[in-house]
Amino acid sequence: MTTMTDRKLTMQKAIAEGIAQEMAVDPSVFVMGEDVGVYGGIFGATEGLLDKFGPERVIDTPISETGFIGAAVGAAINGMRPIVELMFVDFFGVCMDQIYNNMAKIHYFSGGTISVPAVLTTAVGGGYSDAGQHSQTLWGLFAHVPGLKVVVPSNAYDAKGLMISAIRDNNPVMYMFHKGALGLGWMVNNPHATGPVPEESYTVPIGKAQVARDGNDVTIVTIGLSVHKALDAAALLEADGVSAEVIDLRSLIPLDRETIVASVQKTHRLLVVDEDYQSFGMSGEVITTAVQGAFDYLDAAPVRVATPDIPIPYSHPLETWALPSVDRIVAAATEMVSG
Amino acid sequence: MDIPKEHLVDMYETMVRIRRFEERIRELYFADKLPAFDIAAGLIPGEMHLSAGQEPVAVGMRPHLQAGDAITATHRPHHVAIAQGVDLNKMAAEIFGRETGLGHGKGGHMHLFSVEPNFGCSGIIGEGMPVAVGAAMAFKARDTGNIALSYFGEGAANQGAFHESINLAALWKLPVVFICEDNAYAISVPKASSTAIPDNSDRASAYGIPGVLVPENDPVAVYEVMGAAMDRARRGDGPSLIEVKTDRLWGHFEGDADAYRSDDFKQDMNERDPLIVFGKRLVEEGVLSEAEQAAITDKEYATVEAAIDFAMASPYPAPEAALNDVFA
Repeated sequence: MTTMTDRKLTMQKAIAEGIAQEMAVDPSVFVMGEDVGVYGGIFGATEGLLDKFGPERVIDTPISETGFIGAAVGAAINGMRPIVELMFVDFFGVCMDQIYNNMAKIHYFSGGTISVPAVLTTAVGGGYSDAGQHSQTLWGLFAHVPGLKVVVPSNAYDAKGLMISAIRDNNPVMYMFHKGALGLGWMVNNPHATGPVPEESYTVPIGKAQVARDGNDVTIVTIGLSVHKALDAAALLEADGVSAEVIDLRSLIPLDRETIVASVQKTHRLLVVDEDYQSFGMSGEVITTAVQGAFDYLDAAPVRVATPDIPIPYSHPLETWALPSVDRIVAAATEMVSG
Repeated sequence: MDIPKEHLVDMYETMVRIRRFEERIRELYFADKLPAFDIAAGLIPGEMHLSAGQEPVAVGMRPHLQAGDAITATHRPHHVAIAQGVDLNKMAAEIFGRETGLGHGKGGHMHLFSVEPNFGCSGIIGEGMPVAVGAAMAFKARDTGNIALSYFGEGAANQGAFHESINLAALWKLPVVFICEDNAYAISVPKASSTAIPDNSDRASAYGIPGVLVPENDPVAVYEVMGAAMDRARRGDGPSLIEVKTDRLWGHFEGDADAYRSDDFKQDMNERDPLIVFGKRLVEEGVLSEAEQAAITDKEYATVEAAIDFAMASPYPAPEAALNDVFA
C-alpha cells in the first residue's frame, strides 16, 4: 500500500524517480541509450540519474541500436537488469532483430532456463507534427511478438509503479511512454498526465487494467494518451445523458481480458480507441476478446476509433484528422448508444 | 610446439569428439530422408549446418577458458558448444527435439542455450555479437574476471552488428574476443565477392584494437593467438579481433548440392583436413602415437554414441508443452 500524497509529478519525472529508486536498491540495474546521461533522456525519463549514479551505471551510447540493445540482452542474461532507451519507437527498424528474434525468444529457446530481464523504454505517439517517422505508437506490432511484455502508462502514478514493476520483471518489457502525456516543457501536454505520486517506492502490477471512470451505457477501452481523450469525451457524453465507462488497459501484454469482458457485460457496448494503426492491432484484439467473452450481452456491433491505415501525416489539419480525438470518440459513442 | 602436452591432447580429443558428433548427426539426418530428400522428415528434421573442418577454431580457445566465460556462436554452433563443454547428451537431445534437450525441444540445433557453461547461439547472422558485448559489460560491472567470446562467420563481417559490436567493445574497453571463422563462403558467395578487403582482421585497425590473422586451419596457431587475446581481455586491456582461415568440409546445410565450390577446391580442402593433419603432426612430434590416437578415437566415439543413445531414448515433449516458457 502507498500513502496518499499531495505531491504532483509529471509522468517524465515519475519515470525517472522510479528508475532512480530501483537503482538505489539494486546494483544490477543500469541505464543505457542515446542521450540518457548528460541530457537526461530526450524525453527526460533519465533526468538526474547520471548525477546520482555516475557514468558506469548511466551510459550514453553511440547511435548504434543493434549494438546496445543486443548488449542489453547479453547483460541481462549475465546477471544485470538493463534499462535501455530506444528514444523513438519509430527507430525500431534499425534493431528489430535484437528485439523480436533475440530478446523475446531466448527464454523460450532455452526451455525456460535463461531469463532476459531487460526494460526497453521508448517514446510513442503523435499530435505535434513530427511526421511519419517520429509519431507512431506501434504497440500492436510489439504486442504481436510472443515473449515481450508491452506496458503503456497513461499517468504519472502508473508510470512510476509500472516502471518499478518492469525493472523487477524477469521478462523483457517494452515500456512505451506517450510524448503528449510526459509533461515535457517543450510540448503541449495533456493536463491529466500530471498527478499525485507518492515519494516512496511502489509497484503497479503489469497486466491489470484500470477502470478509469465508471459508466453504464458504453465501454471505452483504450491505452496511453487516448485514456485522457476518452475521459474528456466521457465528461461531454455525460452532459448528453450517456454514461461511458473508460478502461485504461495499462499493458497490452499481458492483456487484462477479464476487465474488458466484465465491463462489456455491464454496458453492452464496446468502443475501442487506439492511436495505433487500425487494422491488425489492439482494436481488433480487444473486440475479439469482447465478442468471445460477452457475445450475448452486446447490443451493438463494436466500434473503433483508431488511426486509419496511413502513415502519420505532417500537416496539422491532416494529422489532427487522422489521430483519435475527443470529437471522434463522442461522435462514435453517441451513434452507438442512439443506434 | 611450446604448449603443454595436456593441452595438445585435450585439443585433439575434442576435435575427434566434434568430428564424430557431426558425422553421426549427418548419418542419422539422412538415414530416413532417403531415397527422396524431405527436410521435414525423420529423426532430425529441419536445416542442419554441420561444422566438420572448423574444429581448430573451436578447440584452440578451450585450454584458456575459465568457468563462467560466455560464448556466443552462430547457426553452425556444434563445434564451439562441444569445445566449451556444453552437456553433450542434452545437446544431442535438443537436436533430436526431445524433452531432455537443452531447451526441451523448443530451440533445435541453431538455438542451443546453456547456463553452465555459459553458451548461446543464434540462427541470425551477426546476432550474437552484441550479446557478447553485453555479457562483457556484465562481467566488468560485476567484476567477475570473466570474458566473452563472440564467434561469427566471414559472411557476418559485412553486417552492421559486426561494426557496432566491435566499436562498442573497443570504446568501452570490454573483455571480448571476436573470432571470425572464415570458411571462405557465405553459403555460395565467396568472400572475394562480398568483402572489400581480403582479411577481416585488418578491420580491427578501424577500431584501434589488435587484429590477428591465423592463416592456417591449425589448432596450435589458434591456441596461441586466442591465448594472447583472451589474456589481454582478462587483464582489462580490451577486445581483439581474430580471423581464422578455416574450412567447411561439407555443404552449407545437409542436402546442399555444394555445386558452387569447384572440385579442385574441394579436393584441396579435403587434403588439408585439420583432424588428419593435426593427428599426423602429433605423431611426428612424439606427442601422441597412432595407438594412443586410436584409443582416443574409441573413447570419443563411445562418448558420442552415448549422447546419441541418450537422445534417441528420450521422450518427445508433450505437444501442449509448446505453450510453456514464453514468459518467465
